[in-house]
Amino acid sequence: MDKFTKLTAPALPVDQPNVDTDQLAPARFLRRPRGDGYADVLFHDLRKAEGGHIVDDPRFAGAGIVVADRNFGGGSSREQAVWSLVDAGFRCVIASSFGDIFYANSAKHGLLTIRLDNAVCKALRDALHATPGAEMTVDLDAQTIVAPDGEVISFEIEPSRRKRLLQGLDDIDLTLTHDAAIGAFEAEYSRRKPWLELN
Amino acid sequence: MSDPKTIIDKIWEEHEILRDEGGTSLLYVSRHLAHDGSIHAFTFLEERGLTPRRPDRIFATPDHGTPTVSHDMADLTDPDQRRVVTALAANAKRHGFTHFGLGDRRQGIVHVVGPEQGISQPGLVIVCGDSHTSTHGGVGALAFGIGASEVMHVLATQTLWIKKPRTMRITIDGERPAGVTAKDIVLSIIAHIGANGGAGHAIEYAGSLIRSLDVEERLTVCNMSIEAGARSGMIAPDETTFEYLKGKPFAPGPEHWEAAVESWRALRTDEGAVFDREVRLDASQLTPMVTWGNSPEDALPITGRVPDPAQAKDDITRDAILRTLDYMGLTPGMALTDVTVDQVFIGSCTNSRIEDLRAAAAVAGRGRAVVPAMVSPGSSTVKAQAEAEGLDRIFRDAGFEWRESGCSMCVGMNGDLVASGKRCASTTNRNFRGRQGQGSRTHLMSPAMAAAAALTGRLSDVRDLG
Ligand code: SF4
Repeated sequence: MDKFTKLTAPALPVDQPNVDTDQLAPARFLRRPRGDGYADVLFHDLRKAEGGHIVDDPRFAGAGIVVADRNFGGGSSREQAVWSLVDAGFRCVIASSFGDIFYANSAKHGLLTIRLDNAVCKALRDALHATPGAEMTVDLDAQTIVAPDGEVISFEIEPSRRKRLLQGLDDIDLTLTHDAAIGAFEAEYSRRKPWLELN
Repeated sequence: MSDPKTIIDKIWEEHEILRDEGGTSLLYVSRHLAHDGSIHAFTFLEERGLTPRRPDRIFATPDHGTPTVSHDMADLTDPDQRRVVTALAANAKRHGFTHFGLGDRRQGIVHVVGPEQGISQPGLVIVCGDSHTSTHGGVGALAFGIGASEVMHVLATQTLWIKKPRTMRITIDGERPAGVTAKDIVLSIIAHIGANGGAGHAIEYAGSLIRSLDVEERLTVCNMSIEAGARSGMIAPDETTFEYLKGKPFAPGPEHWEAAVESWRALRTDEGAVFDREVRLDASQLTPMVTWGNSPEDALPITGRVPDPAQAKDDITRDAILRTLDYMGLTPGMALTDVTVDQVFIGSCTNSRIEDLRAAAAVAGRGRAVVPAMVSPGSSTVKAQAEAEGLDRIFRDAGFEWRESGCSMCVGMNGDLVASGKRCASTTNRNFRGRQGQGSRTHLMSPAMAAAAALTGRLSDVRDLG
């Protein structure tokens, strides 16, 4: 999986709460093979709707960070929501809360998701609206964010998640190093619940 | 005696192989459910040159993209649908896992099929590449929806890396008021705690009202845990659960039944166990609900009115309400029962089991649909049973369309769509913008309320139908 260490990039404010995975990647695109790319899928229907979507605002061109509101990525388990963001060039989303499955999926593709207080997210978005195209820096090692005005904000992240992102660890390779433990557990499990064995 | 534990702690401990230094657990997966949307994960697995570790723990059935007009493969002409449905069957054959394909009487929406076949059982860790896997908590399983990369991981290793969620107990004591269904209960919960109120938590639903629900109703409540932000929600198994599972094809057979039930009886939260969060709702306050907006938390009693942005508590909320009213084509302050609908959908993993169809038919039989209405049973087994009971006749006589089983208009991947600007009274679980089709307007409600909306052409209080 892709590593995440440190990123400096323009940031995109997305003001709406509850940006669900159906908005991030509408259902009719979900069967597209991964290799065909998902950049155009991101916010597809909102971009086509009247008024468009801020992701297409040229003042925020080249944005690599999203600053959102609460419950970003709630809804379905579709990993395409993450693929769309990553393929469109985003490597970090900051919000006050995330959909749990989206949160789990994001790390598999080197997309760093950071939880900050809603008021802090709001202040960051206000700053980004005031100075469109302003850059922010996200440093996973130091667990800090540098806001457009230079203020340094620290953030929390689960240690396992941080390590996996920093090192770009592949879960399957890691898990296979525990193969013996899994095998032993599995044998014991089958003894405990024999009714799960299919004949 | 050891410390009192929650049911979530107990199941977690029983499946935790190890915990890394950062506190993330490697959990053993008891049973893995797959569907036609799992195609990406199988492709990833193949690209890595891996094969499923335990095909005997995989159970699959096509649902998301299956047509509801016909289940004959010859009629499956859409190339994308055909590709994914065929790929699932081919993977099942190649790897040797259980597969209920199109045309099989056991086919259906994976979350309806799991409990129906007894694949889902108390105390298991169940995963599926679909967020509504929480449904299986209705039989007392700890069940998580996972993404494609995690599905690949489970296929390869039969395990999942996951940090133990915080625990939340939602207790509802008291008697169920008239007209209140499981759907109304869960919509009330979501309205109360918010669409991300359960984020980071696993929920146990408890209390005398919850205990009084039958298994199908429990499945409906647990199904929408994800709409409350929680990856899983569960109800401790009890005699109701055991009775439900007994004799089902993949449930423990007679030789294991006693031992299984004995182990299941231990699956309850101990007296004095501490949850990270406790929420209480009063059953007497529950009432039939509908949603008005684009988040499942936008649920109100059917007797209510569309919110007025002028009364919003802050700018962000006002802006969100305005945008929602604009999208939904609603006027602030209008009575919900004045909202007219263009069509009705009865189906989805939330509300397509036999009892849901009985409840809808009981209302449908009292009149005639004045707008297009479609019924898609949750599984081909449910469909057959409904037909044996004559429910299909009742629906057809009332002008409803009686279709094959699948996800259908819940997500529209099979082409069953709500047209742009059209308003649908729906028994599904998501009222997101564009969920049922670009520009679609969805109102969530119970099967009885959806059937009532079909007869009146507007959102209706089922209690007014007498
Ligand atoms: S019925 Fe709807 S919510 Fe349920 S699995 Fe199918 S698409 Fe998902």
